[in-house]
Amino acid sequence: MNNVVRLSATTLWLLGGVVALLVLASVVGAVMARRPMSDASRKTVENMNARIRAWWGMVAIFALALAMGKLGSILLFGFISFWAFREFVTLAPTHRGDHYTLFWSFFIIIPLQYYLIYIEWYGLFSIMIPVYAFLFVPIRSALSGDCEQFLERASEIQWGLMVCVFCVSHAPALLTLSIPGFEGEGANLLFFLMTVTQLSDVFQYVFGKLFGKRKIAPTVSPNKTWEGFVGGVLTATLLGTGLWWATPFNPWQTACIALTVTLFGFAGGLAMSAVKRDRGVKDFGHLIPGHGGVMDRIDSICFSAPIYFHLIRFFFT
Amino acid sequence: MTALLITWLTRFITGANIRWLGCEPVPRQRIYFANHTSHFDGVVMWAALPPKARKDTRPVAAADYWMATPVRRYLARSVFHCVLIDRHNVSVRNNPLVPILEALDAHASLILFPEGGRKNGGDAGEFKSGLYHLCRKRPDIECVPVYIDNMNRILPRGEILPVPLLSCITFGAPIRLAENEPKRAFLERARNAVNELRHA
Repeated sequence: MNNVVRLSATTLWLLGGVVALLVLASVVGAVMARRPMSDASRKTVENMNARIRAWWGMVAIFALALAMGKLGSILLFGFISFWAFREFVTLAPTHRGDHYTLFWSFFIIIPLQYYLIYIEWYGLFSIMIPVYAFLFVPIRSALSGDCEQFLERASEIQWGLMVCVFCVSHAPALLTLSIPGFEGEGANLLFFLMTVTQLSDVFQYVFGKLFGKRKIAPTVSPNKTWEGFVGGVLTATLLGTGLWWATPFNPWQTACIALTVTLFGFAGGLAMSAVKRDRGVKDFGHLIPGHGGVMDRIDSICFSAPIYFHLIRFFFT
Repeated sequence: MTALLITWLTRFITGANIRWLGCEPVPRQRIYFANHTSHFDGVVMWAALPPKARKDTRPVAAADYWMATPVRRYLARSVFHCVLIDRHNVSVRNNPLVPILEALDAHASLILFPEGGRKNGGDAGEFKSGLYHLCRKRPDIECVPVYIDNMNRILPRGEILPVPLLSCITFGAPIRLAENEPKRAFLERARNAVNELRHA
């Protein structure tokens, strides 16, 4: 595939749809901000509008990366991994003895993982972190001689690399899949994943705010309710199914895949909430106004991307 | 130009989250004093200040370290405009307070690490008496406590290569030397002001 590809007509239609959604959201947000309301609701509306503004920025960056083709997507997700991993390790109490393990993780393992995707070496990119980085982490930390909480420290770094780097890297890897009759449309696979996962997050938030009563896991996250979960998953699955024309799947396949993606996205959000709760923080970071850190935004993609990638690779290539 | 480059590079490497809790980021003459765990601390704080305040703010740094190589000399003198002090041959004739007071009288703000050297992280250790003497001699200048979090993990003592974790810099409410406040009591109060910001 050419490095600098133009966006296909289908991708442009998809992008147009997202822009239309954002215009709608911005209008609704502006109207809501004008209505008189209590201080608590005002705070919610202000946060919602900050989120919508940040969405414009994120969509613009994503569109730019897609327009640059495989290289653009790999650079974007490489940066996302880098930032998510630094947020993750900042919260994980690693020791002085892990300094060089972390140095290698940031500057060798992350670039190597994305380089392997760039050269489309599936055989190595799918095992580099689960096998080689997994073994490297405890070896390098042991060499530094610090045994205190060794198992916890090694696991934290391994977990961070798996979630923030390995899992996330499956999103741009979608552009390397060759599906018969779907040549040159790989960007749409990535677009579908991002849209369905993020729509599910957004609608879980919206349904949760409007109708949320019964908490799913009160000890993990006070914001996750059954009403938000069902409303978000169903809406995102329906909207995702409506995108079947842009994918290599037929409508019922699209529905199944969208449902799987939203369920794993929800699970990712839940698991990462447990991490945050354990570390005593509300957000992973501060990079994206209204949303928190990068990890707060991509927790659902971490879990849905590898599943989605392998479903397509197994059944469609 | 070098200064701008270093500011952005520092902000990228340390991903600093800058919080002004007890005062505003305004260009006013101040002594910023902070805990010290990393060679990056001075640069990170300097880069965290708004450009207008940064222009008139000079880190107080050890001459033995910053004069050791040509690159460090260049950075200390031409980029950060450090006030370099001699930590080792302190005497009445070679009083490290003299160049610091000269800088204050020339209306500069200061970045000061009152522990006198780098610690391994956690709460700030005991303060040396320099901060007290400065406050006694120039009582009108406000002293702003600052807690620098996580720098000991980004660039620990004795390491050359940084790991790009995220740091957090918290500026607290200014303190002043009270009338007749004993030296020990003031230094302890100043140290607590820094450490309280750690969990703020």
